[in-house]
Amino acid sequence: MLAGKHFPYTDIHKWLSYGNDGKHPGCDEFYFGRREFSFTLENDAYLRYRSFKNASAMENDIKEKSPYKIDIGAVYSVDPDKRHAYAQSGTNVFAPVERELVFDIDISDYDDVRYCCSGADVCSKCWPLMTVAIKVIDTSLREDFGFKHILWVFSGRRGVHCWVCDAKARSLTNEQRSAVAEYFRVYKGNENNARKVALMGFSLHPFLARSYVDFLKDFFEGELQATQSIFSSKEKYEKILDMISDEDIQSELREKWENSAKPSLSEEATSLKRWEQLKNTLQSKKQKAPALRMCVEEIVFTFTYPRIDLEVSKQMNHLLKAPFCVHPKTGRVCVPIDPNNCDEFDPLAVPTLSQLIEEINSGGVRMEVDDGDDLDKTLLGKSIKFFRSSFLEPLLKSCKEDIESSYKTKIEKSKDSFSW
Amino acid sequence: MEVLRSQKRTVSNEVVSIPLYLTAPSMEVRLEEFELFAIDRLRVLQGVSDGLARGKNPKEMDDLVDRLWKEHMRHSDVLEMMNKDIISHFVLRLVYCRSDELKKWFLSNETALFRHRFRIKSFEVQRTIAAEFGLSNKVATGAEVESLKEKLGQVIRSMGEKSPNVETIYFKVPFEEVPDLVSGRRVFIQKGYAFVAGSQASLGFHFISKHNFSSVNSSVSLKWTTTIREREKDRLTPIVEALSTSYLGPDYSQSSEYADISLKDIDQVSKSSFPLCMRHLFEKLREDHHLKHGGRMQLGLFLKGVGLKLDDALAFWRAEFTKKVGGERFDKEYAYAIRHNYGKEGKRTDYTPYACQKIISSAPGVGDHHGCPYRHFRICYPSSNTANLIFLLDKQQLLATANILSIRYSFSL
Ligand SMILES: [Zn+2]
Repeated sequence: MLAGKHFPYTDIHKWLSYGNDGKHPGCDEFYFGRREFSFTLENDAYLRYRSFKNASAMENDIKEKSPYKIDIGAVYSVDPDKRHAYAQSGTNVFAPVERELVFDIDISDYDDVRYCCSGADVCSKCWPLMTVAIKVIDTSLREDFGFKHILWVFSGRRGVHCWVCDAKARSLTNEQRSAVAEYFRVYKGNENNARKVALMGFSLHPFLARSYVDFLKDFFEGELQATQSIFSSKEKYEKILDMISDEDIQSELREKWENSAKPSLSEEATSLKRWEQLKNTLQSKKQKAPALRMCVEEIVFTFTYPRIDLEVSKQMNHLLKAPFCVHPKTGRVCVPIDPNNCDEFDPLAVPTLSQLIEEINSGGVRMEVDDGDDLDKTLLGKSIKFFRSSFLEPLLKSCKEDIESSYKTKIEKSKDSFSW
Repeated sequence: MEVLRSQKRTVSNEVVSIPLYLTAPSMEVRLEEFELFAIDRLRVLQGVSDGLARGKNPKEMDDLVDRLWKEHMRHSDVLEMMNKDIISHFVLRLVYCRSDELKKWFLSNETALFRHRFRIKSFEVQRTIAAEFGLSNKVATGAEVESLKEKLGQVIRSMGEKSPNVETIYFKVPFEEVPDLVSGRRVFIQKGYAFVAGSQASLGFHFISKHNFSSVNSSVSLKWTTTIREREKDRLTPIVEALSTSYLGPDYSQSSEYADISLKDIDQVSKSSFPLCMRHLFEKLREDHHLKHGGRMQLGLFLKGVGLKLDDALAFWRAEFTKKVGGERFDKEYAYAIRHNYGKEGKRTDYTPYACQKIISSAPGVGDHHGCPYRHFRICYPSSNTANLIFLLDKQQLLATANILSIRYSFSL
């Protein structure tokens, strides 16, 4: 199993230690050891609550067990591996105490608004739905919530994961996590219309307004129309007419569209024309029916707003696949995505395990990813370099500053108590 | 002590701060004041509760609270008014700590009262109050609020207010301190800080419910049951117990100045005078010839309350249910409950109509038609039933024509 060879143990260890590397007197050297890892083995056996003292213990265990999937869980009050021993002594309660704030978005949740693929499949036509999701959520996490250390990762097949790693994010309670998750929710209703967006009120909340103006509207009218032509056929536009809660307008538009098959127009052009007609019609009727006030926005949100699996974000102890794993079905590596250049990310160009094997066999490129200068030469090099320079280094810098300042405060305090 | 603190104030009523109600006053209170003050405050709280139940918007609630306060609590002497405020609050605490339901009612209306009293104060007074809560360092600067005015207004409009006034005072707190406001997108958030409008009641709510109310409350409650109740058997106990069951509106159970409702004009009256929830139930019953239990209770007791006699009630329900389940099954399964409501079966309790509070806090499920339209139609079924509510309101011509009957159906505790 080669997965064990390319996994960047040292980088993952550095990340999940958050500066607690044993070098500073103020750091918690057992911090990494209280982190839960879980493995899925090839025979589908599932090993939970594994924990490791250091990077090499993690490396040895992974190489020995050859898991095809590695999940990262929470940091617990005690070493998860020894939780039973603690339970017997009865002194420490085994409970999660820290956890990155995570988000999970899957393209398979978009099946009713994409016509190129379905299920776990994804192509260059529907991937932009993920891209716009990254932009909306990343912007809000930074601008609204003030987070800085955010890692976006390709999940290997059909979606993206997001890890918010700021100290404040890691220490949120479940209630606070739920609050953030719910801040992002726009879908209302039950199972049957789980995708129905209901926008109430006389205005969009500033977060939704920004998402709409900066990302969603242009994406809807541009890329989405170009790739999915969402009004081009009766089957497609009926879904949209359904979202207009006024039967007169529905039939007025339906009549227009049913008799307007112009073969001279491309699918995209037809689709765009119908969208303009819909907007104009709604605009002119707005005054009469308050229920239609937000109808245009509701349609845009329904098609383009991020469909986050909110439950994943709400619980501290939810597991999420580690970056740089290899997806068992596609063989693709879960590489980081740069949110500032996410338009350029192509899920189909992500290196696969077999490409990595070939690379080693043919060129004898050494897969020791820690071997700094050789990095760019490997297929994964660019990803690892990005992980280090854009995520890990700034993160560790601020972690060290935090450790230093809280250590100083502690020293000051103890000085005060001596002088008494 | 809090009561003394107010002695320094010689300013006019409008500028008076709102007390924190942190400690019970240790002062002599005349027995008649004890009761009169409490009744006056209770009238204010009932007015607040009624206003909320009628779905008044925040601005209308401001006006209502202002009016109610002036009517029942104002005193020409500022010190007297402050004392009345504090004493009446603590007397009612004593009265309402005796059951969870009473406590809940008191807490929610005190919180609303605080919120709206706070809202109508000037920025200076709001600042003073914030300082008294130890929140000065969390008040956003005027310049900050000014520069965010547009966004803050957007938030208020997104919550359904058409033309909002951005409030004068905003608190700037880390978003994780107000998870309930974050999750509903009821605040503007920027760089990790939530901008909480002064009236969004973290303040009012914090102060009453979280910090001291529940703790003081339980100790008051304990003290009451263990010591005071026995010691004050002849003096305070009767007053306290009467207060918590008192009903300050007109007494309809005895009333004969209004004609009782009769079967032949019930349809007409339902259209012209029933409150929206009852009218909805009434129409559903006529339509489906059936109502589930919650609906039967809510409508049945209401009809009883507006004077429908037992015989007429039986005839009325029977006529509808027969069409659906047959007369025999009606007599066997439903008639008993109706007689029971009229105190003719079982414990023979004379049941009173549900108060709005109870109707609002009910939880109608699928196929149920009871509950409060202003609450349940909007919240439980957002997409379809807003339209439904608008439709209902339209038909009702917006309660503007509400006459005697719906006014009669006011509050009982
Ligand atoms: Zn596709």
